[in-house]
Amino acid sequence: MTISPRDAEWREELRQALTAKQRTSIPRAKMPELQAAYRVTCNHEVNQGLSVEMAVLEASRCLDCPDPQCVTGCPVSINIPGFIKNIERREFKDAAAVLKETSALPAVCGRVCPQERQCESKCIYNKMKKQPVAIGYLERFAADTENMRDHSHDEVEMPVMNGKKVAVAGSGPAGLSFAGAMARLGYDVTVYEALHEIGGVLKYGIPEFRLPNSVVDIEIQALERLGVKMVNDCIIGKTLGYDKLLEMGYDGLFVASGAGLPRFMGIKGESLVNIMSSNEYLTRINLMHAGMPGYATPVPCVDRVAVIGGGNTAMDSVRTARRMGASKVMLVYRRSEDEMPARLEEVKHAKEEGVEFMTLHNPVEYLGDENGRVRAMCVQRMELGEPDESGRRSPVPVEGAVEEIEVDLVIVSVGVSPNPLIPSSIDGLDVTRRGTIEVNGEMQSSIPLIFAGGDIVRGGATVILAMGDGKHAAASMHKMLSDK
Amino acid sequence: MNKILEKEHFSANVVKLVVDAPLIAASRRPGNFVIVINNAKGERIPLTIADADPVRGSITLVVQAVGDSTRAICAMEPGEYLHDVVGPLGRPTHIENFGTVVCSGGGVGVAPLLPIIRAMKEVGNRVVSVLAARSKELIILEQQVREYSDEVIIMTDDGSYGTKGLVTQGVESVIQREPVDMVVTIGPAIMMKFVALTTLKHNVPTLCSLNTIMVDGTGMCGACRVTVDGKMRFVCIDGPEFDAHKVDFDEMMLRLKSYQK
Repeated sequence: MTISPRDAEWREELRQALTAKQRTSIPRAKMPELQAAYRVTCNHEVNQGLSVEMAVLEASRCLDCPDPQCVTGCPVSINIPGFIKNIERREFKDAAAVLKETSALPAVCGRVCPQERQCESKCIYNKMKKQPVAIGYLERFAADTENMRDHSHDEVEMPVMNGKKVAVAGSGPAGLSFAGAMARLGYDVTVYEALHEIGGVLKYGIPEFRLPNSVVDIEIQALERLGVKMVNDCIIGKTLGYDKLLEMGYDGLFVASGAGLPRFMGIKGESLVNIMSSNEYLTRINLMHAGMPGYATPVPCVDRVAVIGGGNTAMDSVRTARRMGASKVMLVYRRSEDEMPARLEEVKHAKEEGVEFMTLHNPVEYLGDENGRVRAMCVQRMELGEPDESGRRSPVPVEGAVEEIEVDLVIVSVGVSPNPLIPSSIDGLDVTRRGTIEVNGEMQSSIPLIFAGGDIVRGGATVILAMGDGKHAAASMHKMLSDK
Repeated sequence: MNKILEKEHFSANVVKLVVDAPLIAASRRPGNFVIVINNAKGERIPLTIADADPVRGSITLVVQAVGDSTRAICAMEPGEYLHDVVGPLGRPTHIENFGTVVCSGGGVGVAPLLPIIRAMKEVGNRVVSVLAARSKELIILEQQVREYSDEVIIMTDDGSYGTKGLVTQGVESVIQREPVDMVVTIGPAIMMKFVALTTLKHNVPTLCSLNTIMVDGTGMCGACRVTVDGKMRFVCIDGPEFDAHKVDFDEMMLRLKSYQK
């Protein structure tokens, strides 16, 4: 079932309202953003969001294609023209409703999805050698507008409870989207979170300047209004074992515990003081508020910082380091900028904020001072060789080109592995060689009542894929529990 | 929020707190720890569970005031609430009838050692406990340790109680007089390092329990990483107990000073 179908009368009228030529001659909206010099002094969100007029104009660029390719680029197949055309006709509430049909967290995805690789990469405008419709900006606009609306007069459609109880391990994007879907189906849902804050990676990982906590909290509150219970400080498999959950009357468990185990490179000196994972650095600052007045958690506030890696977490780390007062922040990445997995916008923002990009460099050793603190890194210059199994040209060391660079803090951001906490504490739960939970096409694990999704299954992916898993698992678990 | 039910001073800087935590009390095993946040702006610190009462739904923590957060926790009174307590974390101790087990604890390390002493005794080991501290008033939990030990040796640096000398001398005296199958050591890193060196000399398998800096305690941050047998291990999920002969204590001691000014 879709709301706002393409053949709706209003949409046909809207398509007639402007010619394709008129639409395609409108330049793509530019996201209003805070000035780089100002934003490195604070944690305010960099992207300010489109104004109503900007959004409506941008929405009118969309040609409402008969066979919209953008939808195929979306991992959860959001009805993209459906919500965009509602923005064009200024029915923002309906635009949000179209998004909510598919996505549990549109305000989040509008901010953190790599649109240039997904929906926007398939936009017809690319074929015309023009910039694609700013789908991400519009998604954010619709979600934020809906979230800012006064909801006090809404008729809350409370689902009819079906008498069944399900538990969720983890309150990140996969867990929250599963919880929302199941609550709407009438299940009594409880989300258990190991940390003291609900939100998972959206809280501990992604910084405030990219995804404000208030945006995440609005989504959490919406789930609570649906009847979802949130329990913090509770680790499934430890605080509450699987057997205990069954004893408590749960009919199913969805494991969405994330990819919580940071990888290190295993090079000499990596255990020196002031070398830490990006998870540690970002958690101290984002979750624990290190550096904020009155908060007890410490974090090194130093002058020269190197971040190793080229993903979004590496970008979050360099940009956070600038905001923590470091004057020299280096991003050390072993391939070239073309191969960087980070979103284009993050790369752009990092550069504007004065981060030095040391691409085609790889640390090979860290040197410490007499107190065991890192004082320098030895970096090996690299060049690009033949493509490897990932399809990207693999970096090879340039013989003899090793350089020593002074640093006070090194943040290692070279990826994460699945968190073994839950897999190792539930007997009979099959895991892959990589440590991810093994699931079938229905997201069901080797234990029939346990489903899993997000990074604990994928090993390290995106918010939108995790969310898609949550939704998929909810549909599958619902089918299983209804058939019983 | 977890209510403090009881408080007892063990020494000037060490207090015992009994804390309401029914789920943890029911699921914890010897060797497990919890992460505690004292107030809304507090940090996450790991504390070993010294005891638990599943019927009352409480756990016992023994806290030494060494930093701002532990000082604040030690100053809390019954009726007040810890902001967060999460656990049980870490792998539980491998309990088995080894034969004769020497349990050596230094300072506040005796607290996490107590449940291990008890469990080792309950499966039939002969348990010789060696408690060490700088002076008499810093020896804690002696009566409880005596209850589950076949013999208790007390060592003090200043000779104010028991035998004057270091914990290593106490451990070595047992190894020299009778066959010892396993040594368990919990205490300051420097103490565990020297216990490990002593037992290595005599080739006695030795288990240590490490207390490193942690943030989440669930494997997520890697702050607790230590080198064991040349490999990087995380104390929170791979430990907290390791083969003491293989731990790089010097590196661990440097890392413990990460946030000391």
